[in-house]
Amino acid sequence: METFWYMALTLALTMYVVLDGYDFGVAMLFPFVTAEDERRMLRATIGPVWTGNEVWLIAASALLFLSFPKAYAAGFSGFYLGLIMLLWLLMGRGLAFELRGHVEHVLWRRFWDSIFFGASLSLALLIGLFAGNVIRGLPLNAEGYFFLPLWTDFRPGLSPGILDWFTLLTGLLMVVLLASHGASFLAMKTAGPLQAKARALSGAALIPTVLLLAAFVFALPYVRPTFWSGFAVRPIGYVWPLAGLAAMVMLFINHARHNQGAAFGWSSLLVASFVAMLSWGTYPNLLIATDDQAHSVTIDNASAGKDGLQAALWWLPPGLAVVVLYQILIHRMFSGPVTPDSSPAGHH
Amino acid sequence: MDIVLQYDRLQFAVTSTFHYLFPQLTMGLALFLLYFRTRDLLSQGDHFHEAARFWTHIFALSFAFGVVTGIPLEFQFGTNWAAFSNYAGGIIGQTLAMEGVFAFFLESSFLGVLLFGEARCSRRVLWLASAMLFAGAWLSGYFILATNAWMQHPVAYRVLDNGHVTVESLTDLLTNPWLFWQFTHNMTAAVVTGSFVMAAVGALYLLAGRHLAQARTYVRTGVVTGALASVLLITPTGHESARQVFEYQPIKGAAFEGLFRSERGADIVLIGQPNLETMTIDNPLVVPSALSLLVYYDLYAKVKGLDAFPRHDWPDHIALLYFSYHIMIGLGTWLVLVMGLAVLWLWRDRLFRAGWLLWLLLLSAPLPYIATTAGWMTAELGRQPWLVYGLFRTAEGISPLVHSGNALFTLLGFLGIYLALGLLFVLLVVELLRRGPAEALPVAEQPGR
Ligand code: HDD
Ligand code: HEM
Ligand code: HEM
Repeated sequence: METFWYMALTLALTMYVVLDGYDFGVAMLFPFVTAEDERRMLRATIGPVWTGNEVWLIAASALLFLSFPKAYAAGFSGFYLGLIMLLWLLMGRGLAFELRGHVEHVLWRRFWDSIFFGASLSLALLIGLFAGNVIRGLPLNAEGYFFLPLWTDFRPGLSPGILDWFTLLTGLLMVVLLASHGASFLAMKTAGPLQAKARALSGAALIPTVLLLAAFVFALPYVRPTFWSGFAVRPIGYVWPLAGLAAMVMLFINHARHNQGAAFGWSSLLVASFVAMLSWGTYPNLLIATDDQAHSVTIDNASAGKDGLQAALWWLPPGLAVVVLYQILIHRMFSGPVTPDSSPAGHH
Repeated sequence: MDIVLQYDRLQFAVTSTFHYLFPQLTMGLALFLLYFRTRDLLSQGDHFHEAARFWTHIFALSFAFGVVTGIPLEFQFGTNWAAFSNYAGGIIGQTLAMEGVFAFFLESSFLGVLLFGEARCSRRVLWLASAMLFAGAWLSGYFILATNAWMQHPVAYRVLDNGHVTVESLTDLLTNPWLFWQFTHNMTAAVVTGSFVMAAVGALYLLAGRHLAQARTYVRTGVVTGALASVLLITPTGHESARQVFEYQPIKGAAFEGLFRSERGADIVLIGQPNLETMTIDNPLVVPSALSLLVYYDLYAKVKGLDAFPRHDWPDHIALLYFSYHIMIGLGTWLVLVMGLAVLWLWRDRLFRAGWLLWLLLLSAPLPYIATTAGWMTAELGRQPWLVYGLFRTAEGISPLVHSGNALFTLLGFLGIYLALGLLFVLLVVELLRRGPAEALPVAEQPGR
């Protein structure tokens, strides 16, 4: 039962990182795309879908709240400053997107463009930081609570901060991973010179992605020695790193063959299997204690209780299925490349 | 009292009050959008199409602000109210997750269709999208109110071995008796906000002599709906909400009425200031026995006053609570008057030329916002000192390890950001109104493009 909810949670998080991930990625390409009409196309690719994508974050946090309230309480209050920053950045990103078209002045547009770019970049970094923190472990007390300062001595030791070299590595990895993901999305959704640019960018982003991924996997056993033991116990989990590897290869091949639709598909799988792998390695913990393992918050000691979890089974799977269905419909409604003269609403 | 608690409470109060300024408009306008799209489907010509497009843009603006200010609320349960979340996650996590899955996805996904699908989609699809938008907005109101109703009047829960609560019956949770009048009252209030805004925009254009055909539609639609909804707001929904408070939360009722001592044939105070030193109302203007009559339908019924309850169960801001409630009621009466007059003039075909009345409509637009804010302050201040009424005290709910400096920092941060956002919103609404429905926006620069 608890395992099912852990999976549901992983699913919602994965959806979030894959979907809003390409929104962040596209925004991160702003400095490389400077002409006004190209920027407009860039925004047009994510315009109709980004709010729907963002709701996956709300859904994921609400699912955590619903199924493992203790982990939600401890995690959210412990990362207090980091999370409030995440909120402020999400506000900036959303407003930048919605407001920039309201006033016709080049300074106004430039202002919001910079916020859009800066907030998206920082959001990708923050999400990576949180992931890094959860994997590294946290100084939980006997009640399972903790409070992390932003940084201490940059070492993932006994009294870590949100920032240390390992979490920074994870953060940077997330940034380049999502930038490359966004570039493949853009290459799929555009044509002509902008597409060529997007292709070049996605090619360029792939190299640091591979390097940082390798560094991350290499560092993992030092920072979290127990990470791979979950895979040893349940070897089926190895499908995630393997799928990630396969996706990477296929991504390269399709990229080289100018097969942009497929390349984006493999890029999504790469991101998804990365999140799934991290989740597998953490299971059955939700928050890992650095000093005393007994303090860890696990799916058992954080569970919301049988009745509630049972009751939610009635509405969650059908509810999410319907959401996925109409999100697919809407993505298809807006499928096909955007070009300067066929921007989404058909106007100029 | 604990200073962190004060910061946490103030932060929640500031952020939720600010958030609610936006959804009340979107929930109200969602109804009008559906109406315009329906008329568009049924009629020839572009008139209702234009109206729908114009209001979709205003909707979208308010929606964007609603979304960005809503996410902090959801997160604050965890960041600032960790102990409460841990205690009640099994219940309120349930309704909040339902809101996400059933309402937010719907609304967010289909607004994209309305904004970006103008050229790609047929009128039918646009109509369908606006129906989905309406469903999403009102469902979201329903689920969030179900959450709040449980905190006001906890039902359908079971206490676990660790002292936390979990849901015993989902149906009972979603049909909480408190919820019925709270939902109808609150959603009617949202319609009132939407009506006043719609009528005010129409009045503005009529006074300025611009977009006259559109303006008449806005005024007519706003005034007729607004008159109906303003009456429904007082009775039955407001009246029954108050009776429900006296039934389930008598201390709150006594406090917002300013009833310090239990009385038979209790009076209703129309005007007067509560004096907490002497426990009386200063310079009161009262309607004799009206409170007993309205609550129990009996002129001589006994109404419990604050003295009937132990001091440590009293809400802690009695004067503020009293004023909030009386502001809501006072404005409620005023709104009925304004809309009543307007309907009368509309009926006699004089409204569009009655400059003074158009001015009145224009200037009344902020009043529903003030009334709803006052209403929520009544509901939430009156719930104190409980976070979950009768079960869990507010002071027990805060995050154990978040220190006052951090809470103060984020509170100040929110204050600053929200001040800027408020100014920005007003500026952009003015800009949208200046462009008007005909031009709408230069098409290439529509929001979100
Ligand atoms: C346009 C706004 C508006 C107006 C004119 C009124 N209300 Fe109201 N009222 C609200 C908007 C509102 C609200 C914002 O929608 C509240 C806050 C909480 C809720 O669910 O609805 C509310 C709450 C609320 C409560 C508190 C319920 C609780 O404690 O949980 C009571 C007792 C009333 N109302 C009663 C009235 C009466 C008797 C009115 C007669 C004039 C009235 N309201 C007018
Ligand atoms: C949008 C309309 C709402 C407004 C304007 C509002 C207003 C307020 C105010 C003024 C307070 C501070 C009370 C005090 O410090 O004495 C408060 C507290 C709080 N409200 Fe609301 N509220 C709203 C809706 C809700 C809803 C729907 C929920 C539940 C889901 C909720 C949950 C809380 C919580 C958890 C607190 C903090 C604890 C407390 O002080 O009781 N509020 N709100
Ligand atoms: C204090 C508790 C509240 C929380 C935690 C909360 C949470 C949220 C969140 C996270 C969003 C963004 C959803 C998105 O991305 O689409 C949102 C928007 C919204 N909220 Fe709230 N909210 C609260 C109070 C209220 C109240 C009291 C109402 C109305 C009864 C309301 C109605 C809406 C609506 C209709 C939206 C959709 C956006 C819009 O129309 O502006 N919320 N809320």
